[in-house]
Parts: sequence; structure tokens; C-alpha cells
Amino acid sequence: MDSEIFYKSALELEKLLDSGKLTSVELTKAVIERTKSIDDKLNAFISFDEKKTINEATQSDVRRKAGKKLSNLDGIPVAIKDLISERGQPLTCGSKILRGYVSPYDATVIERMRNAGCVLWGRLNMDEFAMGSSNENSYYGKVANPWDISRVPGGSSGGSAAAVASGETILALGSDTGGSIRQPAAFCGIVGLKPTYGAVSRYGLVAFASSLDQIGPMGRSVGDVAALFHIISGHDDKDSSSYPVDKTNHTLESIKNKKTKTIGIPTEYFGEGLDPEVRQSVENAIDFYEKAGHRIKEVQLTTTKYTMAVYYVIATAEASSNLARFDGIRYGYRSENAKDAIDIYYKTRGEGFGSEVKRRIMLGTYVLSNENFESYYLRAQKVRTLIRNDFMGAFENVDALISPVAPSTAFKIGEKSADPLQMYLSDIYTISTNLAGLCALSFPCGLSHDGLPIGLHVIGKPFHEHEILSLGYEFEQSHDFKNIHPAI
Amino acid sequence: MKDKKSGHHINIENIATLARIYLTDQERQELPKSLDEILGYFDELGTANVEGIEPSAHAFPLYDIIREDEVGTPFDVKTALQNAPQRRNDQIIVPKVVE
Repeated sequence: MDSEIFYKSALELEKLLDSGKLTSVELTKAVIERTKSIDDKLNAFISFDEKKTINEATQSDVRRKAGKKLSNLDGIPVAIKDLISERGQPLTCGSKILRGYVSPYDATVIERMRNAGCVLWGRLNMDEFAMGSSNENSYYGKVANPWDISRVPGGSSGGSAAAVASGETILALGSDTGGSIRQPAAFCGIVGLKPTYGAVSRYGLVAFASSLDQIGPMGRSVGDVAALFHIISGHDDKDSSSYPVDKTNHTLESIKNKKTKTIGIPTEYFGEGLDPEVRQSVENAIDFYEKAGHRIKEVQLTTTKYTMAVYYVIATAEASSNLARFDGIRYGYRSENAKDAIDIYYKTRGEGFGSEVKRRIMLGTYVLSNENFESYYLRAQKVRTLIRNDFMGAFENVDALISPVAPSTAFKIGEKSADPLQMYLSDIYTISTNLAGLCALSFPCGLSHDGLPIGLHVIGKPFHEHEILSLGYEFEQSHDFKNIHPAI
Repeated sequence: MKDKKSGHHINIENIATLARIYLTDQERQELPKSLDEILGYFDELGTANVEGIEPSAHAFPLYDIIREDEVGTPFDVKTALQNAPQRRNDQIIVPKVVE
């Protein structure tokens, strides 16, 4: 068998599994061995249960042999960001406060992947409670970028992106509150989809900012990502924000449609602060679409200047409320230094949360406090309405928008960690998608002079994932980025 | 919205109390500066014209989902308490709260 089996796409592997040339156990063991050989350099995994994983692969092989394959991804290893509940497995959210916690139930996405026969692989490192853009905020250590281990993989789904890019898994689940799937996908040269808010159930996802969080698939090809999205999406009664739309077809066949589209280019996303090499790669991609027959149209998103402020007011406000549940009483870490009941709260949270999480809880508490509620939180919610109206206005004339994913390629570890505001600004192009409840895809469109991946950001209308996946697939067919891997 | 030039002068102690977070001496020293800087950035919001604009709590309106009351299978006590930091006799141990 090919020694680099772990770099094949899920849909190629499906054919090998179907033909009997490969078993899921062989594939799963290849991925596990790959992880054991390189993860001391990357630190992409927080934990994994080898025996359980191989057992699931064995069951898949038995099913397939009996002609009872459950889906395209039956027998394919999918690793999971460590904030999605899998029954019987640890869940840390990258935090000390959840050290030792074991999930008593399955998230809906996990249940759906089980029903599709996916092999549920290890638990992926992340910025603590998904707060960060570099994966430097994990209690379980920083994650390195497989393209250059002195650089960050992006965040907060940095472990997911690094593991997919380096062949430590075939597919992964991430979560995206302001760019946490797309920015690490861009930094690590892979494909990441932030589904429309409400398209994927959040039941069993530990909440950061409930009105913005979405679970989404990450993989090395658009087809793989579409296949996993097809499995995890669709209405769920257990999540009140799950949208009651019928499951549409996002499989590879459906995204091969090359219908001519009108693509909008938001001028505000190409202004000051954008790295020239990133700009050039994105412009080359726009040229590609134009030559392929799509219409290109400049659009204005005049509310862009407000997005950072709106996002950080709303996200921190929701986080301060959501994270109130971590109090040392019912689950997780409890301080041993507390002198009385109330002190358990203070000390547990003081010792259990890292500095970025504390900063955001403090900010959120401040903007929600009596005297500031109206001028910050309520006002941000109103400007959020303006941002959504701005996008919906643009989408009256275009089918999708194209922009960079991030202002630069992967930056050095430590470069921005002392400057939270600069770190926040690295999400400038992705956060509005979450505020407006849109879908967006990040996929590789270039390499910088120093060999670092550059991502393209395609934003779609709500519940039009098939359109952005189709644009991604079209680009991928004419470029070879999915076959270029980091030299790790 | 407060005057940007004058700074925001967050009362760190008060906010930490509201948030039930114990801060180390280093955090007490460093947090005010970074919070002030971030809040300064938030002041951009003051320039938006929001007259007559409804606030959005979500990207889409959400509606209550109503279902029949049905008897389900809840966790057994052991599973429900498996993650409690301190437990005894199927109960969570907490310090005495009533004298």
C-alpha cells in the first residue's frame, strides 16, 4: 500500500475501501502511526483513544464486507475539535477548568457521524474555549504550523487544521465563531467550511458565543468537505437555533455544476493592512473566475469599519454569560484553595481560566453591566442589523463574494500574543460572516515566496453552501494545491 | 459612549467581582491597559447611525419550539455526577452555605 495513504482524499479512499484494496483498519492505523511519528512537533492532538478508534474501523470493515456501507465516509477517520461532546471521551476545550471531564452524551454531529459509519478519531487541540486566532492559548500547549513549525497554525481550530494538513487525519471537525475554521484552514493550506448559522446543530458543542458559533468540516479537498457537511447538517429538534430547512444535496455530484455566477468583490476588504502577496494571489483567483466565464462586480460593504467592534462586544458578552457555568461545583476543576462557597467560584475560575479567556469574560461583563449595556451591547446589536442589511443588499446583485481570508500568511509564534488588539484584527475579513449568519468557504489559492499557504474566502448567501462549494470545486480542478503537502 | 481621549478607567475590581474571577497581581496590573485599548476600539460604534434600527440577537429571528411533554430516559445518577469534582452518596459535596 502507498506509504502516504494518509494524504489521499476521503473520496479516493472510499474507492480503495470499496474495491477491497484497503481496509478501514489499515487506513486508521496509518493515520495513528503518522500522528505518533510527527505530533511531538505539532501538538495538534490533546488526547486519543487508539483502541476505541481501531474498534470502530473494524466494525466499518465488517459492515462493508456485508454490503452494508452506511455513507461515502464509512470507515474514514475524522478527528474532532476538543469542544464537541463524544460520549465516553474526554473534552477539555483547551482549558484547565475542564481537565478530566468526560462527556456523558454525544453531540448531534457525533451521532450523525456514527450513523454514517465515520471512524471517530482523536481530540484536537484548540485555543482555550475557542478564543484566539493562533492556537497559542491552549492549556495543553501551543500548536505548530506543519508548513513551518516556528509559525502558528491559526486559531481557534488550529489543531484541526494542522492535523488535516499533515495527514494526521483525513477529515476534521472545527468550530467557527469569527473565523476559527477559515483562518486556520488558510494558514495550513486546507479547505474549511463555515456553514450558515442554523445549518448544523450546536447540540453538544460547548458554547462560546451562541449567536455566532457553528460547527463545520475541514479537509484537504472541497469534495471531502462537502461530503462531511452533507452528513452533519440538517435540522435538529435539540437545538432551538437549528433552522428548519430540508437537507439539500451537497455531495460531490451536486457541486460539479458550473453555472455562471455573479461574484462580488467588496472593495473594503482590499484596503490598508493587506499583505501584497496575499492580495496578488486573491486577485489571480478573481482573474481565474472571470476567465472561466463568471461575472465579476465590485460591491461596497460600508459597515465593514464597525465589524470588529460589533463582534468583540457581542462575542465577549455572550461568552461572559455562557462561561458562568464553569464554577467548580458540578463538573470540572475545583480549586483546593477556597475558604468558603463563594470563594470556590472566584478561585476555581481564577485558577482554571487562562488569561485570554479572563480578558474576554471581563470585557463581556463590562459591556453587559448596567451603565454600559445600552452604549455597547444594545448598540452593537443594532449595528449588527446594519451589517446584515449591508450583506443582504449586496446579495441582491451577486451570488457570492470573494475576499482574502486573513490579512497575512501564518505569523510567527509569539509575534502577536502580547498584543490582543492586533490578534483580534487578524480576523477582520471573516467575522462579518458570523454576524450576518452567512456561509463561507476557505481554500488554498496560492503559496507565498517563503512557501506558506494563502487562502481564498468565498462567502455565500444563507443556506447556499452548494454555490460556494461549487466555486471552490471549480478552482480546485484547475489548480493543484490539494496535492501539495507540507514537508513534515 | 465615553470620551476616547480620557480613557475608560474600568474599575477592574468591580468587574472581577461581577464576573466572579480571582485575578493575580500581574493580571490586575496588565488587564486595565489592554481592556482600555480594546474599549477605545469599540468607540467606533458611536459613529454608526442606528436611529430606528432594531437590534439583532441572532442573524435570523428565532421562534419558540413547542413539543408534547414526553417521558424520556434521563441520565442515571452515576452518569450525571461522573464529572462532579467532589461527590459522596450520589450527591455533590459543597461547603456549608447556611449557618
